[in-house]
Amino acid sequence: MKLVAVTSCPTGIAHTYMAAEALEQAGRAAGHEVHVETQGAAGSTPLDPALVASADGVIYAADLEVKDKQRFAGKPFVDVGVKKAVHDAPGVISAAVAAVESAPAASTPAPPTAAVPAPAAAADRGPGTGTRVRQWLMTGVSYMIPFVAAGGILIALSFMLAQVAWGGAQGAVEVTAVDAAEVVAAFDPASLQDWSVILLRTGQLAFGFLVPVLSGFIAYGIADRPGLVPGFLGGAAAVFVGAGFLGGLVTGFLAGFVALWISRWNVPKGVRGIMPVVVIPLLSSAVVGIVMLVLIGRPIAAAMEGLTSWLNGLSGANLVLMGALLGAMMGFDLGGPVNKVAYTFAVTGLATEGLTTGAVQYQVMAAVMAAGMVAPLALALATTVRKRLFTHAEQENGKAAWLLGASFISEGAIPFAAADPWRVIVSSLVGSSVTGALVMAFGSSLVAPHGGVWVLPLIGNPLGFLAAVVAGVLVSALLVVVLKTVKRDPLVAADRADDDDRDLVAA
Amino acid sequence: MTTSAATPLITPELVAVDLHATDRVAATRALVDLLAAAGRVTDADGFTADVAAREAQMATGMPGGVGLPHARSEHVVAPSLAVGKLAQGVDWGAPDGPARLVFLIAAPASGDADHLQILAALARRLVHESFRASLLEAPDARTVADIVTREVVPS
Repeated sequence: MKLVAVTSCPTGIAHTYMAAEALEQAGRAAGHEVHVETQGAAGSTPLDPALVASADGVIYAADLEVKDKQRFAGKPFVDVGVKKAVHDAPGVISAAVAAVESAPAASTPAPPTAAVPAPAAAADRGPGTGTRVRQWLMTGVSYMIPFVAAGGILIALSFMLAQVAWGGAQGAVEVTAVDAAEVVAAFDPASLQDWSVILLRTGQLAFGFLVPVLSGFIAYGIADRPGLVPGFLGGAAAVFVGAGFLGGLVTGFLAGFVALWISRWNVPKGVRGIMPVVVIPLLSSAVVGIVMLVLIGRPIAAAMEGLTSWLNGLSGANLVLMGALLGAMMGFDLGGPVNKVAYTFAVTGLATEGLTTGAVQYQVMAAVMAAGMVAPLALALATTVRKRLFTHAEQENGKAAWLLGASFISEGAIPFAAADPWRVIVSSLVGSSVTGALVMAFGSSLVAPHGGVWVLPLIGNPLGFLAAVVAGVLVSALLVVVLKTVKRDPLVAADRADDDDRDLVAA
Repeated sequence: MTTSAATPLITPELVAVDLHATDRVAATRALVDLLAAAGRVTDADGFTADVAAREAQMATGMPGGVGLPHARSEHVVAPSLAVGKLAQGVDWGAPDGPARLVFLIAAPASGDADHLQILAALARRLVHESFRASLLEAPDARTVADIVTREVVPS
């Protein structure tokens, strides 16, 4: 069995390394391969991503927050603390082995969309530039999503409450016109209107963090901790000049590389101690802030306004076309780069300031989420109605895919696409595209960035949304059944032959 | 004063082969005094407090009768190891009994990576039963220092 482990301790000079050595020893003694990343004071060399990918399980013997824990997402693990590993490494190893053995078979290798970013925070290693840019971007987006979720859902709840409080649909507009400061100054717990204003304001405050968090964590992805301060500051500067999320994207990358560059300066020993606390944040923030405010802020703000007014200007056929395109992107690679571009476009759109109910950005979000649900649901349906077209493993996957699809985890379809790429992808592409277009046509909207059917109460025109998903699922499932019937998969044929043999024996 | 890697991690002056102490605090203090006498620690009280603070987070007693007090501290001049062999074991918070071998690791607050690598190597060696046994059997301070230097410091 192959295990990877992370060790760390408060001081970072003793237990981190003792635990590492003890785990390696105990692993060797028990016949397992153990690779340890020591996150101690001597600096840590990250585990080779290929090694992480091939590991059966993970041991966290860490008293500090594990750096880049996302790398290990989805793997069975034990979390024991560093002391346990020093004192009883063999016990920890056998616990890890037990965890691996009791974990469900790796039927869903893919982590959920967006909630788990790709490994990042390593600017000078690993895959190609494109992949790394996407990883940095997704680091930022993944930290932003919980803010979008919290803020978006609070705002949606506020709108729902406001419609009751004001006695009609105009409540959602009325509530935005109230000065929250006045409500706070004289809060009346019996007033539903006051409550809806408070909810709205709380949600808006959460939204206020979106661009800084996006920018800050892109920079963090690039430069690790030194990137945080200039990244957040750059994001705030982008908001200040009205450059919105586009500005935040720019400042994220700018801050990351400036911080990375400064942190690699070779400085005299005396200065080294104050580099992370004073020098890097001061210089990088100054550079990023000045560049944003003086140089690039206004042009980006103009571009941002252009994008927003272009989106708002879209109507009718154009909107449907955009829905179809975004849907196709969602369905094309099921959580891969193209899917992420469409998803990021939708989520960052939510962060646009001053959106009203039913804004195009909300419709885009609805279209993207609906389209992202299609592929797993369609394959779940196809495995249910035409079992014989799928291998046994795929039939099992199909059962899980119902839930994954309903929860907007497009990756649920990856096992199918991996086994039979073009038939599955063509079906998924067409079905998702249909769904995206229909959502736009029905004018459904969504203020939450994720959630699938679980956020149905927050969706504007939920019936239209569901109808669009169902239509796409039917189209997609039909296509995949037809394509698979036309040309049988040899793997499936082998499985079937197996079954027939068993039937013969049984008879 | 030099803080370069030329300062050896351990010298015979930093080893107490026959240490008498009634408890953890006294044993630690005796080793701190060795470091201070060798000019490795500028403020014995300050460094003792840093070690105590670390010890308070989680006792550093290890299986096999080893106590491992340690701290990164501003009062440390160069990364150093002081070793004490206790005639009478004292409780160091380890589940399997008192410690007879005490390693006090002193790391500068802003040590560079080379120094910290040496301490990391030391910590890794401590896990090995044979390493601990050879130190317990060592007859004198020079042998202890030599064993540590040979096993830990890259030549």
